[in-house]
Amino acid sequence: MKPKRMADALAVAVLGGWASIAAAIGDMPGGPKVNQLNLTAPVTRIAEEQHWIHWFVMWICVAIFVAVFGVMFYAVWKHRKSRGHAPASFHESTAVEIAWTVVPFLIIVGMAIPATRMVVEQKDTANADLTVKATGYQWKWGYDYLKGDGEGISFLSMLSTPRDQIEDRNYPDAKARREQNPTYLMEVDNPLVVPVNRKVRVVITANDVIHAWYMPALGVKQDAIPGFVRDTWFKAEKTGVFRGQCAELCGKDHAFMPIVVDVRTEADYLKWVEEKKKEMLARTDDPTREWQLADLNARGEKVYAANCVACHQANGKGVTGSFPALDGSKVVLGKSQAQLDVVLHGRPGTAMAPFRQLSDVELAAVVTYTRNAWGNKASDNVVQPSEVTAARR
Amino acid sequence: MSAVLDHPGDHAHGHAHDHPSGWRRWLYATNHKDIGTMYLWFSFAMLLVGGVNALLLRTELFQPGLQILRPEFFNQLTTMHGLIMVFGAVMPAFVGFANWQVPLMIGASDMAFARLNNFSFWLLPVAASLLIVSYFVPGGATAAGWTLYAPLSVQMGPGMDLAILALHLMGASSIMGSINIITTILNMRAPGMPLMKMPMFCWTWLITAYLLLAVMPVLAGAVTMVLTDRHFGTSFFNAAGGGDPVMYQHIFWFFGHPEVYIMILPAFGIISEVIPTFARKPLFGYSSMVYATASIAILSMIVWAHHMFTTGMPVTGQLFFMYATMLIAVPTGVKIFNWVATMWRGSMTFETPMLFAVGFIFVFAIGGFTGLIMAVAPLDIQIHDTYYIVAHFHYVLVAGSLFALFSGTYYWIPKWTGHMYDERLGKWHFWASMITFNITFFPMHFLGLAGMPRRYADYPMQFADFNAVVTIGAFGFGLSQLIFLWMVIRCIKGGAKASDRVWENAHGLEWTVPSPAPFHTFETPPVVK
Ligand code: HEM
Ligand SMILES: [Cu+2]
Ligand SMILES: [Cu+2]
Repeated sequence: MKPKRMADALAVAVLGGWASIAAAIGDMPGGPKVNQLNLTAPVTRIAEEQHWIHWFVMWICVAIFVAVFGVMFYAVWKHRKSRGHAPASFHESTAVEIAWTVVPFLIIVGMAIPATRMVVEQKDTANADLTVKATGYQWKWGYDYLKGDGEGISFLSMLSTPRDQIEDRNYPDAKARREQNPTYLMEVDNPLVVPVNRKVRVVITANDVIHAWYMPALGVKQDAIPGFVRDTWFKAEKTGVFRGQCAELCGKDHAFMPIVVDVRTEADYLKWVEEKKKEMLARTDDPTREWQLADLNARGEKVYAANCVACHQANGKGVTGSFPALDGSKVVLGKSQAQLDVVLHGRPGTAMAPFRQLSDVELAAVVTYTRNAWGNKASDNVVQPSEVTAARR
Repeated sequence: MSAVLDHPGDHAHGHAHDHPSGWRRWLYATNHKDIGTMYLWFSFAMLLVGGVNALLLRTELFQPGLQILRPEFFNQLTTMHGLIMVFGAVMPAFVGFANWQVPLMIGASDMAFARLNNFSFWLLPVAASLLIVSYFVPGGATAAGWTLYAPLSVQMGPGMDLAILALHLMGASSIMGSINIITTILNMRAPGMPLMKMPMFCWTWLITAYLLLAVMPVLAGAVTMVLTDRHFGTSFFNAAGGGDPVMYQHIFWFFGHPEVYIMILPAFGIISEVIPTFARKPLFGYSSMVYATASIAILSMIVWAHHMFTTGMPVTGQLFFMYATMLIAVPTGVKIFNWVATMWRGSMTFETPMLFAVGFIFVFAIGGFTGLIMAVAPLDIQIHDTYYIVAHFHYVLVAGSLFALFSGTYYWIPKWTGHMYDERLGKWHFWASMITFNITFFPMHFLGLAGMPRRYADYPMQFADFNAVVTIGAFGFGLSQLIFLWMVIRCIKGGAKASDRVWENAHGLEWTVPSPAPFHTFETPPVVK
């Protein structure tokens, strides 16, 4: 039997024949396999070497384990009082002590040598063909293409699994829905797109708290530290879509900010760059134009859904004790200047992060939206992008 | 009349009438045995509280999707589970053992500072109450993980402040406890007992106490900086003000890694007492065990950043911490080899203390090996912050520290209560714990290798089966501990009368006093030949 089959069989045996949820859905394309036992199938040389060194150290450990516990269980079996074994009284032997100090030391040196080479290789981010910046936000990722083909592209990447597959309490048929979704929790609206066989340097930072950019198939994990930039690199050797998740506790939706990397051929990549640039051009807004309330509201609802719902909730009621309600909030109903101030600079020491990274139009739209949504009827209910531009100074 | 005059210093009448009874006996306790008993009950209660936290979050993780908990509450549960288990259950339990056993084993009449001892204990229930109350303040308990990484911990609500206060109290308690243990061991050994003839349990505690003194103030510093960042406008960990979030991690782990050895060295001590007794053979290498313990303690101060390989250290940093960490496996191996050599050609019997001791060696070694695997920095990049880590530290802390605590309890409880425990219950407890422990924690290695991050409230469908197995195992493990509780209660209430020596080949001063050990022992120091 293959190890995987054995694991399935074991799972079923332990659960007393309970149908395997995982087996029913099948492996995740580019993500974990059903009851996967080992590291994810490698797509880069670094990940391949991690597989190798894992087996290498593991077999050494297994060999020592079998030897030591072979001896111990032999003693447990043979040297018991019930079998009439009389105790020996030997103890203290400097020769033996030296032997079992020196031999393990040499084994460890043997492990450290290949590991050292790998550390040096993993840390070498020089001579990249493409540099992208990944920014961790509570709770999504932002990508900016800094250098190489696609320079200037920038977008946010968010979980695309709908809430109605996740929250059983609010959606009675959530279970049925997610059991149809093989990429449950590891899918996003805008994946990071990169070319195959090119060295990609990922510069990583965060906006609020520490996150970690973790891509098992690429052999990469790097913490995203607010206020600092760190970097890592990968060179994917296969095309395809690969999936990972945030690996550093970052608050409430830590489990809901996956990472998807779409590796394409050079030609397909360049095509994507073209399209993305056109799309971005079409979407650039003119912050000096005067906007209508209806347009601001419509745009603001989208911005709200992308940036604010996680805490303040779709109904604007927040979460009692954790995140304040915006519906009926004094700040939202008060002077627009004060609200802009909170949105631009955040509330230090709370989960309310600064949202300076949004455009003037987006900020104007979302502020306007909150001032008119739910039960809110603020007196100066329209905030123009130009006011945001002014408030930024 | 002053308290001093209450004690006429005339011991001829015994002491039955000159110490308070009822609740005063416990609140004003200065006797090491009473205080030890309180520590042990307190830590067991905390084990149950921490266990309930764990079972709640395992229930949520039984299936994919969010069934019973909101993610923010899930994070509170993981955080509090860790804090309560580390600071409420494991550490106080070992102090409880030290209180009961150190004076008995070195032939001292009590701990050196009796009232300090009382104070160290009574800080703990206060700290525990703060932690539990923090669930009920606005925003709930802290949800930043037991490591309380900034800046997430700076974001938290008032629950975080309560946790910081609780940590300060527990830290103060540990420091006072350590001062007491060091003073007792260095000054109050019976005549004729040089340090190098002291029981291993006392040695491991002596070294642990020094470790505690060295690192508890560092933890206090770390959480105080979080506190001032939260409320007083400092920016230790805030880049915008010139600080650095990673500095928090360096400070925390400078405490945190020695802390894990604080939780395992006394366990090594217990195992080193139990194995020779039931193998009916002296410990193979006493002095090398002492040196191994000391070198583990020293090395443990220079390996902290192996918890931080993914923060983006320079190459030299990664290499240094990788080498130093791998080096710790050497003295750890020396300990294991010594225990096996002690068993070799002995005349072994397998009463419950020995079962737990052998079980300890077996499962602890698995945790040691995964530690070595994670020490390989380029590989740790894959498994850091996944369930592999969760598996590793439960193998060393549950199958390690906790099993050793069980082993020690079965070993010494006849001395404490004067009754033999029920051997059948003990065996049930051992096998139930051993089997359910492995069902719970072994599959976590697979989940971690496959890439499931830790501290996740929900996970992809492909991880569903192993998670279901883990949850079932966790309930089994939790329930198995009720056998232990039942065993302890029955042993206190009655049972076969224990002899003074209790175990056929038990050596050491604690076995020379009657069972149960009288309220006052060794009022005139015994002479060790
Ligand atoms: C041979 C000895 C050991 C080695 C080489 C070792 C190595 C490691 C390494 C490298 C990590 C960090 C993994 C990561 O986060 O990526 C780790 C984590 C951990 N170890 Fe060990 N370890 C050993 C023994 C122990 C012992 C004896 C204990 C406690 C009794 C322990 C408790 C822990 C804990 C609690 C963590 C995780 C802390 C956290 O992130 O929450 N380890 N160990
Ligand atoms: Cu996260
Ligand atoms: Cu460590």
